[in-house]
Amino acid sequence: MIQEIAIRLNGEVRRAAVAPNETLLDVLRGKFGVKTPKEGCGRGDCGACTVLLDGKAVRSCLILAIEVDGQSVVTLEGVGRDKPTALQKAFVKNNVFQCGFCAPGMILSSAALLAENPQPTEHEVREALAGNLCRCTGYEPIVQTVLAVAKKSAKKKPAARRARS
Amino acid sequence: MSKTKIVGNSSVRVDGLAKVTGAAQYVDDLDFGPGLLHAVVVESTRAHAKLKKVDVSAAAKAPGVVRVVTGKDFPYMFGLYMQDRYIFAQDRVRFVGEQIAAVVAETPEAALRAAKLVKVDYEELPAVLSLADALKKDAVLIHPHLDRYNKVPWFFPRAGTNIAHWRKTRKGDVEKGFQQADFILEDVYTVPRYAHCPIETHAVTGLFDLSGRLTLWASSQSPFAQRNVMATALKPFGLTHKDIRIVTPYVGGGFGGKAGVSMEIIAAVLAIAMKGRPVKLNWTREQEFMNTSQRQGVIARVKMGVKKTGQIVALEHTLHWDAGASAEYGANVVNAVGLSATGPYRVPNVKIDSVCVYTNMPPCGAYRGFGYSEFHFGLESHITRVAQAIGMDPVKFRRLNAIQEGDVLAYGAHMNPGDLRGAIDRVAKEIRWGKKEKAKPGKAVGKSLACFWKAPAMPPNASSAAFLKFNEDGSLNLTVSGMEIGQGFLTVMAQCAAEVLTVPVEKIRVETPDTDRNPYEWQTVGSHVTWSCGNAVRAAAEEVKTKLLATVARAKGLKAEDLYLADECVKSRQDKKFALPFRSFVIDGIMRPNGNFIGGPIQGTGMFMPEFTSALGDPETSQGGHPNVHYTVGCAGAIVEVDKETGKLTVLKTALAVDAGKAINPELVDGQIVGGIVQGLATALYEDIRYGANGRLLNPNFTDYKIPTALDCPGEIVPIILETAQPDGPFGARGVGEHTMVACAPMIADAIADAVGVRLKTMPLTAEKVALALRGIDYETVKGDSLGFCFRGRPCDYPFAVGGAK
Ligand code: FES
Ligand code: FES
Repeated sequence: MIQEIAIRLNGEVRRAAVAPNETLLDVLRGKFGVKTPKEGCGRGDCGACTVLLDGKAVRSCLILAIEVDGQSVVTLEGVGRDKPTALQKAFVKNNVFQCGFCAPGMILSSAALLAENPQPTEHEVREALAGNLCRCTGYEPIVQTVLAVAKKSAKKKPAARRARS
Repeated sequence: MSKTKIVGNSSVRVDGLAKVTGAAQYVDDLDFGPGLLHAVVVESTRAHAKLKKVDVSAAAKAPGVVRVVTGKDFPYMFGLYMQDRYIFAQDRVRFVGEQIAAVVAETPEAALRAAKLVKVDYEELPAVLSLADALKKDAVLIHPHLDRYNKVPWFFPRAGTNIAHWRKTRKGDVEKGFQQADFILEDVYTVPRYAHCPIETHAVTGLFDLSGRLTLWASSQSPFAQRNVMATALKPFGLTHKDIRIVTPYVGGGFGGKAGVSMEIIAAVLAIAMKGRPVKLNWTREQEFMNTSQRQGVIARVKMGVKKTGQIVALEHTLHWDAGASAEYGANVVNAVGLSATGPYRVPNVKIDSVCVYTNMPPCGAYRGFGYSEFHFGLESHITRVAQAIGMDPVKFRRLNAIQEGDVLAYGAHMNPGDLRGAIDRVAKEIRWGKKEKAKPGKAVGKSLACFWKAPAMPPNASSAAFLKFNEDGSLNLTVSGMEIGQGFLTVMAQCAAEVLTVPVEKIRVETPDTDRNPYEWQTVGSHVTWSCGNAVRAAAEEVKTKLLATVARAKGLKAEDLYLADECVKSRQDKKFALPFRSFVIDGIMRPNGNFIGGPIQGTGMFMPEFTSALGDPETSQGGHPNVHYTVGCAGAIVEVDKETGKLTVLKTALAVDAGKAINPELVDGQIVGGIVQGLATALYEDIRYGANGRLLNPNFTDYKIPTALDCPGEIVPIILETAQPDGPFGARGVGEHTMVACAPMIADAIADAVGVRLKTMPLTAEKVALALRGIDYETVKGDSLGFCFRGRPCDYPFAVGGAK
């Protein structure tokens, strides 16, 4: 049965008619034209399809589109639209990504981590990113950049950090 | 070499912002509108069988289906170095997963459903799943018409056998060498197949428009090689090179797997079948494993003779490669190893036999390292054992035998500059070689150091070209056709142009290629584009520079010799105050007092071909040619902790030194080192491909075929860059991309041996194998019958004489 869903996608309400077996990934890419969630495996192994669902990093290939009706979804298109975020800037400055295919998922997983845990340890960063496979970078530059951004934000706005934690 | 200002700096990647904002487009991100059709391929379920009947009638009638195509529609062959691959299986299938037919439908779901309705009648043939079977006297032939295939002149297939190519290299007198030796060690090492695992799978959309031109948007490392292979294979459709256009947006990882042509040609013919409508063909992760190209498995026997004093006097290296069902690319891997399997050492007497063998396994081809990772596993393991056997420190042994500039290579040419000894010293220091580390209770700590070398394997006339053109504001567009596969190629090319023209990197736009508009590049493989295309870009920039100077000289009545470029201006040595900004004249010219304008749009072209190379060595000895342009050398070391109970390995620290000649962008070189080490460690520690006894791949997904996550990385990675200029490289640079994974596997094997005294000779080097060995159990006796390698017995029993290799 085709069903109409409405989601808040990157801040805008978008509607689509979806079949019950359509994944959120397919609907985002095929019906909403949002192409930064990538398909790397289609079975929950790689994290290339990561999006934020009500702020949580999830794999959109494992979620049915009808399940997210009424919820809020953020993809990389919705991050740093006007101006890249501190995380994005640091990723550019440190020449972190290579092929870049994992980047959308990595950035969203990192952003979700920092929102929840602004001062993660290295192990916590690695754990938070363990569901996002990268074949190019060896992870090192990604992990170090996330840690550096966290450290810098701690210096900048301690009040905001305390408020969130 | 004069001092550089931009080359040598870690400029920010030109594609950096596009990749973190999501602006970077990959093939599947492109939109083709509602006319787009979707294709799904019907695959063989048998490893070797005659195709009796392919019944597509039910599929053709299924809802949403517009066309079903089989081998009857496209009975053509293709291949990069040898045309031994079929667009669709013809009278027989040769591996599980081979494409038999394709369904084209309005939606992916309709295509998938219909593909299941295609009925294939097989008549089983004996499947050749073991190298020994493939090479025995009365072996079942996988390519009965091997003698008819088109191929490059440096391949030597043996008609009437399963041998696709046999590279022989002979130097000195190996028998005499062994007679002079004080100590000889001979042993067998095996390396299974591996999969590339780019996170983006192969994806391509093709359009054969109503005027008869074919455009493919492909995730590819090789747009021009693809165009050429397609123009050759698709000649029957009247397609010429100018009628075929390959557009290659960003690629989500290549690692050699997207070099040459594999599934792209299927999309090409489906587009031809569906004239006027675009057809999309995306590989699933499972297909990415099964039907592109894997890294070949190899069984290698190393026999080395040394003097008491440590000099290597003789090496006999015999390698049998499991190429799978086609060898159109893999045979060149075998060839490359056949020329270079001495490793980076001086060896006076050499006998190498590198034999490429067809089997009924999925086809193999290029994979980062191009055979060097595979042979270094045995060779470097062996070297440590030989050194220890004569009571010499393995690092000292390597240092003593390390190859140096001017040394005679196995095929007779001379070694290029490269500081292997410097690399050894730096890495040894970094891992505190010779110092015993304390281990935690229940653990043991081992150390190791392994060397590597690698040369690009390319035809002697592989070439590069570049175009540069100025814009009104003094910014530039640079077009090249090397691929940005993540290594940072576009950035490095911009840096080369920027250096010559004194323009900031940010003012140069350089994007991924389109064969219609961009100049020629052979392929982005072999870690050769920085060197080769860098030379072309430099030449283009020099041409632009000459035009800048000449234009100003002519317009201002000055001597071009007195002029130079600095800070985006033409300046004069005679008049310190003279400075003409590029933006003031590079398009509109320079006005003379009478109102005439001098000049015009300034642009330049550059090309490069390594004119000193030749593939025409003697087939029996490989002497006489000059097949390789240069080698990049280096070494890697590790400190590894072994759990004595579970066998679990933890890499506490690794360091890798590579002689880049000149690191045009050191941060990008570091990126290659760190990424390469982790990929190399993955082949040693995690990736464990398994085939069932019927030739079916058992773990074509990331649940069962483990690649490292952020939690599976070494505690510390130290990248070290050495710079001994490559005289014919751009600013002295040579390639480093593949090299960084080559030494990783033997490095781990040696560290395990150092820690717990266990010598593993079959990859991968899993905890399971270590734990078994620690209990005195030989893995070979308990390994079961699912294997990643095409030999099911004990490696020590492998009949190397089969096929006449002895
Ligand atoms: S595509 Fe969703 S996890 Fe891989
Ligand atoms: S940068 Fe290529 S997969 Fe991460």
